[in-house]
Amino acid sequence: MTETPTIAIQLLCFGIARDLTAAPEITLHLRSRPDDPLTIAHVRKALLESYPAFGDLVSFAIARNEAYARDADPVVATDVLAIIPPVSGG
Amino acid sequence: MLDIDLSDSPLSVDHCYGKVQDPSCGGICLFVGTIRNHSKGEPVVRLEFDSYAPMALKEMRRIAGQAKEQFGLTSVVLHHRVGKLAIGDIAVIIAVSSAHRAAAFDGCEWIIDELKKDVPIWKKEFRPDGSYWVNARP
Repeated sequence: MTETPTIAIQLLCFGIARDLTAAPEITLHLRSRPDDPLTIAHVRKALLESYPAFGDLVSFAIARNEAYARDADPVVATDVLAIIPPVSGG
Repeated sequence: MLDIDLSDSPLSVDHCYGKVQDPSCGGICLFVGTIRNHSKGEPVVRLEFDSYAPMALKEMRRIAGQAKEQFGLTSVVLHHRVGKLAIGDIAVIIAVSSAHRAAAFDGCEWIIDELKKDVPIWKKEFRPDGSYWVNARP
């Protein structure tokens, strides 16, 4: 039995996210299994595992294709994802 | 009319005011957000705004469009500055016009409240003791 290949998921980083990752963009390698397809929730969990400092923030959202995503939303390799720390415009 | 902009050059109150002037309108409301020299009792010496520009513009357009519908505004201008700002600089201008004043006051206030909730723009304050991303940490 062959192992499910990993998918490279790119995440854009802004504001404090750029300081915490020390990069404008990071890549997470995640698996999407037929019985457990990749969602925003998986990305969030993997981000917290790789960069535990995100757990110290008030909260953070993830945007998918330039719109706020929900945890249950599916993720494919071509999606443009971004970490959205608490906003402070105005 | 909707006019949305995210800019790294100084914003103009005259420009925004001119854009919403309309012979059918009896009221124009302007909100100008400026950089304050203090925050939570600490002095602030300067400030930087980061943004996720394409998403910020989408969110700003959504908010302006919704305000126009919801409050029956004639025109909405929403301009936000990004990059390095000094004390007193303008960070945001909201200009709205409507037939009667109540809609202009209410719509203008609603727009700034929504902008602060949803638009992916981040403010970093520089104080004498260091720099801080506003709202990020408990």
